[in-house]
Amino acid sequence: MIENITILGGYDKKGNKEAVEEVVIHREEIFGVVGPTGSGKSSLIGDIEQLAQEDTFSKRKILVNGKEPSYDDRTNPRKKMVAQLSQNMNFLADMGVGEFLTLHAKCRGVKDTCVDKVIELANSLTGEPIKKEHELTILSGGQSRALMVADVAIISDSPIVLIDEIENAGIRKHDALQVLSGHGKIVMVVTHDPVLALMTDKRIVMKNGGMDKVVTTSLHEKTISQKLNKIDELMLNLREKVRRGELVNDISVDDI
Amino acid sequence: MKMIIVAGTPGSGKTAVLIHALKSLKTKNLKSSVVKIDCLYTDDDQKFAKIGVPVKIGLSMDMCPDHYAIYNVEDMLSWAQENDSDYLIVETAGLCHRCAPYTKNSLGVCVIDATSGPNTPLKVGPFLSTADIAVITKGDMISQAEREIFREKILEVNPKAKIIEANGLSGQGCVELAEEMINTKEVSEEEKLRHSAPLAVCTLCVGETKVNKKHHRGILRRIDGFESYEGE
Repeated sequence: MIENITILGGYDKKGNKEAVEEVVIHREEIFGVVGPTGSGKSSLIGDIEQLAQEDTFSKRKILVNGKEPSYDDRTNPRKKMVAQLSQNMNFLADMGVGEFLTLHAKCRGVKDTCVDKVIELANSLTGEPIKKEHELTILSGGQSRALMVADVAIISDSPIVLIDEIENAGIRKHDALQVLSGHGKIVMVVTHDPVLALMTDKRIVMKNGGMDKVVTTSLHEKTISQKLNKIDELMLNLREKVRRGELVNDISVDDI
Repeated sequence: MKMIIVAGTPGSGKTAVLIHALKSLKTKNLKSSVVKIDCLYTDDDQKFAKIGVPVKIGLSMDMCPDHYAIYNVEDMLSWAQENDSDYLIVETAGLCHRCAPYTKNSLGVCVIDATSGPNTPLKVGPFLSTADIAVITKGDMISQAEREIFREKILEVNPKAKIIEANGLSGQGCVELAEEMINTKEVSEEEKLRHSAPLAVCTLCVGETKVNKKHHRGILRRIDGFESYEGE
Protein backbone atom coordinates (compact mmCIF):
# COMPACT_ATOMS: atom_id res chain seq x y z
CA MET A 1 0.00 0.00 0.00
CA ILE A 2 1.38 3.40 -0.92
CA GLU A 3 0.91 5.95 1.86
CA ASN A 4 2.98 8.75 0.40
CA ILE A 5 5.51 9.76 -2.21
CA THR A 6 8.39 12.17 -1.73
CA ILE A 7 9.89 14.37 -4.42
CA LEU A 8 13.49 15.29 -3.62
CA GLY A 9 14.51 18.43 -5.53
CA GLY A 10 17.20 18.43 -8.21
CA TYR A 11 18.22 21.23 -10.54
CA ASP A 12 16.36 23.70 -12.74
CA LYS A 13 17.03 24.43 -16.43
CA LYS A 14 19.92 26.77 -15.59
CA GLY A 15 21.58 24.19 -13.39
CA ASN A 16 20.66 25.93 -10.11
CA LYS A 17 19.47 23.87 -7.15
CA GLU A 18 15.68 23.83 -6.90
CA ALA A 19 14.23 26.20 -4.30
CA VAL A 20 11.97 23.43 -2.99
CA GLU A 21 14.12 20.62 -1.64
CA GLU A 22 11.43 18.18 -0.62
CA VAL A 23 7.71 17.67 -1.16
CA VAL A 24 5.73 14.84 0.47
CA ILE A 25 2.34 13.91 -0.98
CA HIS A 26 0.01 11.63 0.98
CA ARG A 27 -2.75 9.26 -0.06
CA GLU A 28 -6.08 10.97 -0.82
CA GLU A 29 -4.30 14.30 -1.16
CA ILE A 30 -4.74 16.37 -4.30
CA PHE A 31 -1.70 18.33 -5.42
CA GLY A 32 -1.64 20.94 -8.18
CA VAL A 33 1.26 21.81 -10.46
CA VAL A 34 1.09 25.36 -11.85
CA GLY A 35 3.39 27.63 -13.83
CA PRO A 36 3.75 29.23 -17.26
CA THR A 37 4.40 27.26 -20.47
CA GLY A 38 7.92 25.86 -20.51
CA SER A 39 8.31 26.14 -16.72
CA GLY A 40 8.83 22.39 -16.38
CA LYS A 41 5.39 21.10 -15.31
CA SER A 42 5.37 18.19 -17.72
CA SER A 43 8.92 17.12 -16.87
CA LEU A 44 8.01 17.09 -13.16
CA ILE A 45 5.09 14.82 -14.02
CA GLY A 46 7.45 12.76 -16.21
CA ASP A 47 9.87 12.34 -13.30
CA ILE A 48 7.09 10.99 -11.07
CA GLU A 49 5.80 8.75 -13.85
CA GLN A 50 9.23 7.09 -14.17
CA LEU A 51 9.93 7.24 -10.41
CA ALA A 52 13.16 9.07 -11.34
CA GLN A 53 16.31 8.24 -9.35
CA GLU A 54 18.56 11.18 -10.25
CA ASP A 55 18.65 9.67 -13.74
CA THR A 56 16.63 12.30 -15.60
CA PHE A 57 17.56 15.78 -16.78
CA SER A 58 16.37 17.37 -13.52
CA LYS A 59 18.26 14.88 -11.28
CA ARG A 60 15.20 14.62 -9.02
CA LYS A 61 14.64 11.59 -6.86
CA ILE A 62 11.25 10.07 -6.07
CA LEU A 63 10.73 8.02 -2.91
CA VAL A 64 7.75 5.76 -2.24
CA ASN A 65 6.76 5.46 1.43
CA GLY A 66 10.05 7.21 2.21
CA LYS A 67 12.13 4.54 0.46
CA GLU A 68 13.81 4.14 -2.92
CA PRO A 69 11.56 1.95 -5.12
CA SER A 70 13.27 -1.26 -6.29
CA TYR A 71 14.42 -1.66 -9.89
CA ASP A 72 11.60 -4.15 -10.43
CA ASP A 73 9.01 -1.74 -8.99
CA ARG A 74 10.24 0.88 -11.41
CA THR A 75 10.42 -1.18 -14.55
CA ASN A 76 8.03 -4.13 -14.27
CA PRO A 77 5.14 -3.05 -16.47
CA ARG A 78 2.65 -5.02 -14.39
CA LYS A 79 3.64 -3.12 -11.26
CA LYS A 80 3.27 0.39 -12.73
CA MET A 81 2.28 2.67 -9.87
CA VAL A 82 1.28 5.59 -12.02
CA ALA A 83 -1.77 6.12 -14.22
CA GLN A 84 -1.93 9.15 -16.48
CA LEU A 85 -4.77 11.19 -17.91
CA SER A 86 -4.39 14.08 -20.30
CA GLN A 87 -6.21 16.26 -22.75
CA ASN A 88 -4.19 14.76 -25.62
CA MET A 89 -5.23 11.20 -24.92
CA ASN A 90 -7.82 9.57 -27.12
CA PHE A 91 -9.56 6.25 -27.36
CA LEU A 92 -8.29 4.71 -30.58
CA ALA A 93 -9.39 1.10 -30.08
CA ASP A 94 -12.02 -0.01 -32.55
CA MET A 95 -14.38 -1.60 -30.00
CA GLY A 96 -17.61 -1.12 -28.11
CA VAL A 97 -17.45 0.49 -24.63
CA GLY A 98 -18.60 -2.67 -22.80
CA GLU A 99 -16.28 -4.98 -24.73
CA PHE A 100 -13.34 -2.65 -24.18
CA LEU A 101 -13.87 -2.32 -20.41
CA THR A 102 -14.24 -6.11 -20.13
CA LEU A 103 -10.92 -6.54 -21.93
CA HIS A 104 -9.24 -3.98 -19.67
CA ALA A 105 -10.66 -5.64 -16.54
CA LYS A 106 -9.35 -9.00 -17.79
CA CYS A 107 -5.88 -7.50 -18.38
CA ARG A 108 -5.77 -6.15 -14.81
CA GLY A 109 -7.20 -9.31 -13.30
CA VAL A 110 -10.36 -7.53 -12.11
CA LYS A 111 -13.85 -9.14 -12.24
CA ASP A 112 -15.85 -7.88 -15.21
CA THR A 113 -18.82 -7.10 -12.98
CA CYS A 114 -17.10 -3.73 -12.51
CA VAL A 115 -17.91 -2.73 -16.10
CA ASP A 116 -21.38 -1.43 -15.21
CA LYS A 117 -19.93 0.44 -12.23
CA VAL A 118 -17.41 2.20 -14.48
CA ILE A 119 -20.11 3.29 -16.93
CA GLU A 120 -22.37 4.46 -14.11
CA LEU A 121 -19.55 6.50 -12.56
CA ALA A 122 -18.58 7.96 -15.93
CA ASN A 123 -22.19 9.03 -16.49
CA SER A 124 -22.16 10.92 -13.20
CA LEU A 125 -19.30 13.02 -14.59
CA THR A 126 -20.67 13.95 -18.00
CA GLY A 127 -23.95 15.32 -19.28
CA GLU A 128 -24.24 13.05 -22.31
CA PRO A 129 -25.00 9.46 -21.31
CA ILE A 130 -22.54 6.74 -22.31
CA LYS A 131 -23.99 3.33 -23.16
CA LYS A 132 -22.31 -0.07 -23.15
CA GLU A 133 -22.97 -0.60 -26.83
CA HIS A 134 -21.51 2.74 -27.95
CA GLU A 135 -18.40 2.57 -30.11
CA LEU A 136 -15.39 3.91 -28.17
CA THR A 137 -14.11 5.99 -31.06
CA ILE A 138 -17.35 7.97 -31.54
CA LEU A 139 -17.50 9.20 -27.92
CA SER A 140 -17.30 12.98 -27.52
CA GLY A 141 -14.39 14.66 -25.76
CA GLY A 142 -16.41 14.94 -22.53
CA GLN A 143 -17.62 11.33 -22.66
CA SER A 144 -14.10 10.05 -23.36
CA ARG A 145 -12.58 12.01 -20.47
CA ALA A 146 -15.36 10.90 -18.08
CA LEU A 147 -14.86 7.28 -19.08
CA MET A 148 -11.08 7.56 -18.67
CA VAL A 149 -11.48 8.99 -15.15
CA ALA A 150 -13.98 6.29 -14.11
CA ASP A 151 -11.81 3.56 -15.63
CA VAL A 152 -8.69 4.79 -13.82
CA ALA A 153 -10.62 5.01 -10.54
CA ILE A 154 -12.10 1.53 -10.70
CA ILE A 155 -10.09 -0.77 -13.01
CA SER A 156 -6.50 0.55 -13.03
CA ASP A 157 -5.29 -0.05 -9.51
CA SER A 158 -2.35 2.35 -9.88
CA PRO A 159 -2.15 4.29 -6.60
CA ILE A 160 -0.84 7.47 -8.21
CA VAL A 161 -2.82 9.42 -10.82
CA LEU A 162 -1.25 12.21 -12.82
CA ILE A 163 -3.59 14.52 -14.67
CA ASP A 164 -2.26 16.84 -17.34
CA GLU A 165 -4.71 19.65 -18.21
CA ILE A 166 -8.30 18.46 -18.49
CA GLU A 167 -9.82 21.96 -18.34
CA ASN A 168 -11.75 22.02 -21.63
CA ALA A 169 -13.03 18.54 -21.28
CA GLY A 170 -16.74 19.19 -20.71
CA ILE A 171 -16.92 17.09 -17.55
CA ARG A 172 -17.65 17.81 -13.89
CA LYS A 173 -14.00 18.50 -13.07
CA HIS A 174 -14.61 18.95 -9.38
CA ASP A 175 -16.37 15.59 -9.10
CA ALA A 176 -13.73 13.93 -11.27
CA LEU A 177 -10.92 14.89 -8.88
CA GLN A 178 -13.05 13.92 -5.89
CA VAL A 179 -13.77 10.51 -7.41
CA LEU A 180 -10.07 9.81 -7.90
CA SER A 181 -8.88 10.96 -4.49
CA GLY A 182 -11.90 9.19 -2.93
CA HIS A 183 -10.58 5.90 -4.31
CA GLY A 184 -7.53 6.27 -2.06
CA LYS A 185 -5.23 7.62 -4.73
CA ILE A 186 -2.51 10.23 -4.74
CA VAL A 187 -3.67 12.77 -7.31
CA MET A 188 -1.50 15.34 -9.05
CA VAL A 189 -3.03 17.74 -11.50
CA VAL A 190 -1.25 20.07 -13.91
CA THR A 191 -3.55 22.97 -14.56
CA HIS A 192 -4.10 26.66 -15.32
CA ASP A 193 -7.77 26.33 -14.51
CA PRO A 194 -8.78 28.02 -11.23
CA VAL A 195 -11.65 25.54 -10.78
CA LEU A 196 -9.09 22.77 -10.49
CA ALA A 197 -6.18 24.70 -8.98
CA LEU A 198 -8.21 25.99 -6.02
CA MET A 199 -9.68 22.63 -5.12
CA THR A 200 -6.24 21.09 -4.62
CA ASP A 201 -4.80 20.91 -1.10
CA LYS A 202 -1.47 22.37 -2.14
CA ARG A 203 0.10 23.47 -5.38
CA ILE A 204 3.68 23.33 -6.57
CA VAL A 205 4.69 26.49 -8.45
CA MET A 206 7.16 25.84 -11.28
CA LYS A 207 9.70 28.33 -12.61
CA ASN A 208 12.57 27.84 -15.10
CA GLY A 209 12.24 24.08 -14.91
CA GLY A 210 12.48 23.98 -11.11
CA MET A 211 10.03 23.77 -8.18
CA ASP A 212 9.96 27.37 -6.97
CA LYS A 213 7.56 27.10 -4.04
CA VAL A 214 4.65 25.16 -2.57
CA VAL A 215 1.47 27.13 -1.89
CA THR A 216 -1.14 25.79 0.54
CA THR A 217 -4.69 26.51 -0.58
CA SER A 218 -6.16 29.00 1.92
CA LEU A 219 -9.57 28.63 3.55
CA HIS A 220 -10.66 31.68 1.61
CA GLU A 221 -9.58 30.01 -1.63
CA LYS A 222 -11.55 26.89 -0.68
CA THR A 223 -14.71 29.01 -0.40
CA ILE A 224 -13.96 30.58 -3.77
CA SER A 225 -13.38 27.10 -5.16
CA GLN A 226 -16.93 26.13 -4.17
CA LYS A 227 -18.34 29.14 -5.97
CA LEU A 228 -16.26 28.36 -9.06
CA ASN A 229 -17.61 24.84 -8.95
CA LYS A 230 -21.16 26.20 -9.07
CA ILE A 231 -20.25 28.36 -12.07
CA ASP A 232 -18.76 25.29 -13.70
CA GLU A 233 -21.95 23.32 -13.05
CA LEU A 234 -24.00 26.18 -14.51
CA MET A 235 -21.86 26.25 -17.66
CA LEU A 236 -22.14 22.51 -18.05
CA ASN A 237 -25.94 22.61 -17.79
CA LEU A 238 -26.13 25.47 -20.30
CA ARG A 239 -23.93 23.49 -22.63
CA GLU A 240 -26.33 20.56 -22.48
CA LYS A 241 -29.30 22.86 -23.12
CA VAL A 242 -27.65 24.31 -26.22
CA ARG A 243 -26.71 20.84 -27.37
CA ARG A 244 -30.32 19.69 -27.11
CA GLY A 245 -31.45 22.62 -29.25
CA GLU A 246 -33.28 24.41 -26.42
CA LEU A 247 -33.49 28.16 -25.91
CA VAL A 248 -31.64 29.70 -22.98
CA ASN A 249 -34.03 32.16 -21.34
CA ASP A 250 -32.38 32.98 -18.08
CA ILE A 251 -29.55 31.95 -15.83
CA SER A 252 -29.61 31.91 -12.07
CA VAL A 253 -26.48 33.30 -10.44
CA ASP A 254 -28.09 34.14 -7.08
CA ASP A 255 -26.42 31.43 -5.05
CA ILE A 256 -22.94 32.09 -6.48
CA MET B 1 31.71 -5.56 -30.14
CA LYS B 2 28.10 -5.39 -29.03
CA MET B 3 25.40 -5.39 -31.68
CA ILE B 4 21.97 -3.87 -31.21
CA ILE B 5 19.39 -4.67 -33.86
CA VAL B 6 16.38 -2.38 -33.88
CA ALA B 7 13.29 -3.33 -35.85
CA GLY B 8 9.86 -1.77 -36.10
CA THR B 9 7.20 -0.62 -38.53
CA PRO B 10 7.76 2.63 -40.47
CA GLY B 11 6.95 5.73 -38.44
CA SER B 12 6.99 3.92 -35.09
CA GLY B 13 9.79 6.17 -33.82
CA LYS B 14 12.86 3.92 -34.10
CA THR B 15 15.17 6.75 -35.12
CA ALA B 16 13.85 9.26 -32.55
CA VAL B 17 14.21 6.77 -29.69
CA LEU B 18 17.69 5.71 -30.84
CA ILE B 19 18.96 9.28 -31.08
CA HIS B 20 18.09 9.88 -27.41
CA ALA B 21 19.61 6.55 -26.34
CA LEU B 22 22.84 7.17 -28.31
CA LYS B 23 23.18 10.63 -26.78
CA SER B 24 23.02 8.95 -23.40
CA LEU B 25 25.78 6.46 -24.41
CA LYS B 26 27.86 9.39 -25.57
CA THR B 27 27.71 11.10 -22.16
CA LYS B 28 29.28 7.89 -20.77
CA ASN B 29 32.09 8.10 -23.39
CA LEU B 30 30.81 5.00 -25.18
CA LYS B 31 31.18 5.02 -28.97
CA SER B 32 28.58 3.72 -31.36
CA SER B 33 28.26 3.35 -35.12
CA VAL B 34 24.87 3.22 -36.82
CA VAL B 35 23.78 1.42 -39.96
CA LYS B 36 20.36 2.37 -41.21
CA ILE B 37 18.79 -0.20 -43.53
CA ASP B 38 15.83 0.97 -45.56
CA CYS B 39 14.19 0.00 -48.83
CA LEU B 40 13.98 2.95 -51.16
CA TYR B 41 14.85 6.16 -49.40
CA THR B 42 15.99 7.53 -46.08
CA ASP B 43 17.36 10.80 -44.77
CA ASP B 44 17.74 9.56 -41.22
CA ASP B 45 21.54 9.52 -41.70
CA GLN B 46 21.51 13.30 -41.31
CA LYS B 47 19.78 12.99 -37.93
CA PHE B 48 22.44 10.57 -36.68
CA ALA B 49 25.25 12.66 -38.19
CA LYS B 50 23.91 15.67 -36.28
CA ILE B 51 24.67 14.02 -32.93
CA GLY B 52 28.16 13.11 -34.18
CA VAL B 53 27.72 9.35 -34.62
CA PRO B 54 29.28 7.61 -37.66
CA VAL B 55 26.44 6.45 -39.90
CA LYS B 56 26.16 4.27 -42.98
CA ILE B 57 23.09 3.73 -45.14
CA GLY B 58 22.04 0.51 -46.81
CA LEU B 59 19.17 0.61 -49.29
CA SER B 60 17.92 -2.88 -50.09
CA MET B 61 15.92 -1.66 -53.14
CA ASP B 62 13.88 -4.61 -54.51
CA MET B 63 15.31 -7.05 -52.00
CA CYS B 64 13.80 -7.84 -48.60
CA PRO B 65 15.45 -5.38 -46.18
CA ASP B 66 15.86 -8.02 -43.48
CA HIS B 67 17.55 -10.47 -45.85
CA TYR B 68 19.79 -7.64 -47.00
CA ALA B 69 20.69 -6.73 -43.41
CA ILE B 70 21.48 -10.37 -42.58
CA TYR B 71 23.82 -10.82 -45.60
CA ASN B 72 25.74 -7.73 -44.56
CA VAL B 73 26.21 -8.33 -40.83
CA GLU B 74 29.93 -9.18 -41.11
CA ASP B 75 30.70 -6.11 -43.19
CA MET B 76 28.79 -3.88 -40.82
CA LEU B 77 30.61 -5.29 -37.80
CA SER B 78 34.03 -4.74 -39.35
CA TRP B 79 33.07 -1.21 -40.36
CA ALA B 80 32.09 -0.45 -36.74
CA GLN B 81 35.40 -1.95 -35.64
CA GLU B 82 37.28 0.37 -38.00
CA ASN B 83 35.45 3.27 -36.36
CA ASP B 84 36.72 2.12 -32.98
CA SER B 85 33.15 1.77 -31.78
CA ASP B 86 31.93 -0.18 -28.76
CA TYR B 87 28.48 -0.64 -30.29
CA LEU B 88 27.08 -1.38 -33.71
CA ILE B 89 23.48 -0.31 -33.99
CA VAL B 90 21.54 -1.67 -36.95
CA GLU B 91 18.22 -0.01 -37.59
CA THR B 92 16.14 -1.97 -40.05
CA ALA B 93 12.83 -1.35 -41.77
CA GLY B 94 11.32 -4.77 -41.07
CA LEU B 95 8.21 -4.58 -43.18
CA CYS B 96 6.58 -7.94 -43.73
CA HIS B 97 5.92 -9.09 -40.13
CA ARG B 98 7.32 -12.54 -40.81
CA CYS B 99 10.98 -11.77 -40.35
CA ALA B 100 13.01 -11.18 -37.24
CA PRO B 101 16.46 -9.80 -37.98
CA TYR B 102 17.89 -10.49 -34.50
CA THR B 103 20.88 -12.80 -34.08
CA LYS B 104 21.43 -14.95 -30.98
CA ASN B 105 23.88 -12.69 -29.16
CA SER B 106 22.68 -9.31 -30.36
CA LEU B 107 20.28 -7.18 -28.33
CA GLY B 108 16.98 -7.40 -30.22
CA VAL B 109 14.91 -4.25 -29.85
CA CYS B 110 11.41 -4.02 -31.27
CA VAL B 111 9.90 -0.53 -31.46
CA ILE B 112 6.12 -0.60 -31.57
CA ASP B 113 3.65 2.26 -31.86
CA ALA B 114 0.88 2.20 -29.21
CA THR B 115 -1.56 4.06 -31.47
CA SER B 116 -1.56 1.19 -33.95
CA GLY B 117 -4.34 -0.63 -32.09
CA PRO B 118 -4.56 -3.18 -29.26
CA ASN B 119 -4.25 -6.18 -31.60
CA THR B 120 -1.04 -5.05 -33.28
CA PRO B 121 1.22 -7.05 -30.93
CA LEU B 122 -0.63 -10.19 -32.08
CA LYS B 123 -0.13 -9.30 -35.74
CA VAL B 124 3.55 -8.45 -35.99
CA GLY B 125 4.99 -11.92 -35.40
CA PRO B 126 8.61 -12.87 -34.73
CA PHE B 127 10.10 -9.40 -34.71
CA LEU B 128 8.19 -8.88 -31.46
CA SER B 129 8.03 -12.46 -30.15
CA THR B 130 11.82 -13.00 -30.40
CA ALA B 131 12.87 -9.51 -29.22
CA ASP B 132 14.65 -8.89 -25.92
CA ILE B 133 13.11 -5.48 -25.50
CA ALA B 134 9.82 -4.03 -26.66
CA VAL B 135 9.90 -0.25 -26.78
CA ILE B 136 6.38 1.19 -26.81
CA THR B 137 6.13 4.65 -28.37
CA LYS B 138 3.34 7.25 -28.59
CA GLY B 139 1.67 5.94 -25.42
CA ASP B 140 0.94 9.53 -24.42
CA MET B 141 -1.67 9.73 -27.19
CA ILE B 142 -3.95 6.94 -25.98
CA SER B 143 -5.92 6.29 -22.81
CA GLN B 144 -4.45 4.67 -19.70
CA ALA B 145 -6.69 1.65 -20.28
CA GLU B 146 -5.41 1.14 -23.81
CA ARG B 147 -1.82 1.50 -22.62
CA GLU B 148 -2.38 -1.24 -20.07
CA ILE B 149 -4.09 -3.49 -22.62
CA PHE B 150 -1.28 -2.91 -25.12
CA ARG B 151 1.34 -3.83 -22.53
CA GLU B 152 -0.53 -7.01 -21.63
CA LYS B 153 -0.87 -8.07 -25.29
CA ILE B 154 2.87 -7.66 -25.76
CA LEU B 155 3.53 -9.91 -22.77
CA GLU B 156 1.05 -12.41 -24.20
CA VAL B 157 3.16 -12.66 -27.38
CA ASN B 158 6.55 -12.39 -25.67
CA PRO B 159 6.38 -13.08 -21.90
CA LYS B 160 10.13 -12.56 -21.52
CA ALA B 161 10.26 -9.16 -23.18
CA LYS B 162 11.39 -6.22 -21.14
CA ILE B 163 8.98 -3.42 -21.84
CA ILE B 164 10.18 0.17 -22.04
CA GLU B 165 7.63 2.94 -22.50
CA ALA B 166 9.46 5.63 -24.39
CA ASN B 167 8.72 9.05 -25.79
CA GLY B 168 10.69 9.89 -28.93
CA LEU B 169 10.01 13.60 -28.48
CA SER B 170 10.98 14.13 -24.85
CA GLY B 171 13.42 11.21 -24.66
CA GLN B 172 11.61 9.66 -21.69
CA GLY B 173 12.56 5.98 -21.31
CA CYS B 174 15.57 6.24 -23.63
CA VAL B 175 18.15 6.26 -20.81
CA GLU B 176 16.68 2.91 -19.73
CA LEU B 177 17.18 1.60 -23.29
CA ALA B 178 20.81 2.80 -23.24
CA GLU B 179 21.32 0.92 -19.92
CA GLU B 180 20.10 -2.28 -21.59
CA MET B 181 22.55 -1.71 -24.46
CA ILE B 182 25.39 -1.39 -21.97
CA ASN B 183 24.39 -4.60 -20.18
CA THR B 184 24.10 -6.73 -23.32
CA LYS B 185 26.70 -9.35 -24.28
CA GLU B 186 29.32 -9.31 -27.05
CA VAL B 187 28.51 -10.94 -30.39
CA SER B 188 30.40 -14.06 -31.46
CA GLU B 189 32.29 -14.85 -34.69
CA GLU B 190 29.55 -17.19 -35.87
CA GLU B 191 26.24 -15.48 -35.22
CA LYS B 192 22.99 -17.34 -35.85
CA LEU B 193 19.51 -16.00 -36.49
CA ARG B 194 16.94 -16.50 -33.72
CA HIS B 195 14.17 -17.14 -36.21
CA SER B 196 14.42 -18.49 -39.76
CA ALA B 197 13.60 -16.10 -42.58
CA PRO B 198 10.15 -16.64 -44.14
CA LEU B 199 9.33 -19.10 -46.84
CA ALA B 200 9.39 -17.46 -50.26
CA VAL B 201 10.45 -19.64 -53.13
CA CYS B 202 8.36 -18.94 -56.21
CA THR B 203 8.28 -17.24 -59.59
CA LEU B 204 7.15 -13.95 -57.99
CA CYS B 205 10.42 -13.84 -56.07
CA VAL B 206 12.34 -13.67 -59.33
CA GLY B 207 10.25 -11.01 -60.94
CA GLU B 208 7.14 -12.57 -62.54
CA THR B 209 4.43 -9.88 -62.86
CA LYS B 210 1.56 -11.92 -64.32
CA VAL B 211 -1.14 -12.58 -61.73
CA ASN B 212 -2.93 -15.73 -62.94
CA LYS B 213 -2.12 -18.93 -61.11
CA LYS B 214 -1.06 -20.79 -64.26
CA HIS B 215 2.03 -18.59 -64.55
CA HIS B 216 3.49 -19.52 -61.19
CA ARG B 217 5.96 -22.20 -60.13
CA GLY B 218 7.53 -22.99 -56.79
CA ILE B 219 5.89 -23.38 -53.39
CA LEU B 220 2.40 -21.99 -53.71
CA ARG B 221 -0.15 -21.68 -50.91
CA ARG B 222 -3.82 -21.19 -51.72
CA ILE B 223 -6.27 -19.22 -49.64
CA ASP B 224 -8.14 -22.47 -48.81
CA GLY B 225 -4.97 -23.73 -47.13
CA PHE B 226 -3.95 -26.13 -49.91
CA GLU B 227 -0.22 -26.03 -50.55
CA SER B 228 1.56 -27.39 -53.58
CA TYR B 229 4.88 -27.44 -55.32
CA GLU B 230 4.76 -26.71 -59.04
CA GLY B 231 7.79 -27.28 -61.18
CA GLU B 232 10.61 -29.72 -61.73
